[in-house]
Amino acid sequence: MLRDAWAIMTKDLRIEMRARVGLWQVLPFAAISLILFSFALGPKASTLAQGAAGMTWVGVLFATFLVVGRSQSLEMGTGVSEAQRLAGVDPAGMFLGKTAAVGIQLLAIELLLGLGAKLLLHFAIERFWILIVSSILATIGLAAVGTLYGALVAGARARETLLPMLVLPVLIPVLISAVRCWQAASVSSGLAIGEWLSILATFAVVYLAAGILLYGQVQESQ
Amino acid sequence: MKRHGLTITGAISAVTLVLTAILGIAITPPDVTQKEYARFLYLHPPMAWVAYLAFGVAALSSILYLWPRTRRPFFDYLALASVESGVLFTGLVLATGSMWAEPVWGTYWVWDARLTATALMFVMFLGYLAIRRMGGTAEQIARRGAIVALISSINVPIVHFSVLWWNTLHQGPSVLTPGLSSQGVHGAMAWTMLLSFVAFTTLFVWMILRRIRLEQLRSGVGVGVLDAAIAARVAEGDAVEVSA
Repeated sequence: MLRDAWAIMTKDLRIEMRARVGLWQVLPFAAISLILFSFALGPKASTLAQGAAGMTWVGVLFATFLVVGRSQSLEMGTGVSEAQRLAGVDPAGMFLGKTAAVGIQLLAIELLLGLGAKLLLHFAIERFWILIVSSILATIGLAAVGTLYGALVAGARARETLLPMLVLPVLIPVLISAVRCWQAASVSSGLAIGEWLSILATFAVVYLAAGILLYGQVQESQ
Repeated sequence: MKRHGLTITGAISAVTLVLTAILGIAITPPDVTQKEYARFLYLHPPMAWVAYLAFGVAALSSILYLWPRTRRPFFDYLALASVESGVLFTGLVLATGSMWAEPVWGTYWVWDARLTATALMFVMFLGYLAIRRMGGTAEQIARRGAIVALISSINVPIVHFSVLWWNTLHQGPSVLTPGLSSQGVHGAMAWTMLLSFVAFTTLFVWMILRRIRLEQLRSGVGVGVLDAAIAARVAEGDAVEVSA
């Protein structure tokens, strides 16, 4: 399973490195969304700093759909899924590999948006470790749910609208918890983060397990 | 026997619903603090119970459908019927809750844990109905639906806790606490409320039984039409051969 996951992840990332869709389309989109939020809220530094965590994570959520859509489109080429089945690729390995590739791309986007939030929105970083731990946990959850639902709607004609409709309500706990963790990271002490980290960790574990168990069924429904 | 069961469930539901309406509107007294608005007690909580029950049934039947040993079209029909009823009742819960909240809380909507979680549940299961319209074979539709129902159900407790810690204002549970008499619901009001739970639960059972029957007939019609079309085409071929 892990060997298959590694092969799928390196394959997806290699394609991304060569095609550079993420670099030229997804990253600029995420950056534009951050700038749009700033225009919507106005130039006042305190207002921007207060909303920075929320704006960043909404931007990450939007970018997730683009990354997941791109990840699944790689599998939609003629004969790709048949070839993978003939090669005996384990569905659980496939899920983990695609989730890992999506997760790595999302982490890069979060890094860029985090930098944007710091430079443009005056987001203070006091406790760096909270930022790192919460971002990694949230990314695992986003990537797992995105990959699972992305594969589920891969063959649909209206997948661009269907995917956000299905995934956004499911991702609300990640959005709430990640924003709260980032808000806590922007102050030196005070805001408790135990329950938020526990939600992010539970979400990540539950959806990784669900994906490992259900991805074979998802492939059969395509 | 099956038809009798359906008729009996429908009759119990109709009688208890009428009785609930009479008791709820004419017999029970208005509440001291909430006045006439307390009568929402006979609509809102039983509808919420039925909504949660429906999504629970949908989750269970989806697991049974996804499990290869127990895979039967019946479990798909049951999940579909339950989610459709669940979405309807969740919509009604949100509507009746807003109607009650405006005069009592002073606003149609607050970002309280239970309200937010219910609204999210409503949207998640709307997604189930949307994905079933994606097209494909009956088995593909059933499998996709079962996966979405299962994932959405797993998410309900996570959503609940996240929004609970996020913001909470809702009044405490009215029924599911030890000792009904120790709560704010008393006498005729408590009995009417209990009756309303029976009425809406039997209504839900009647609705899903009808819906399952409809789905069985629809799938039967599909198979029959296809068989008839194939038979007609074969007969056409035979006729051409004979004439040649």
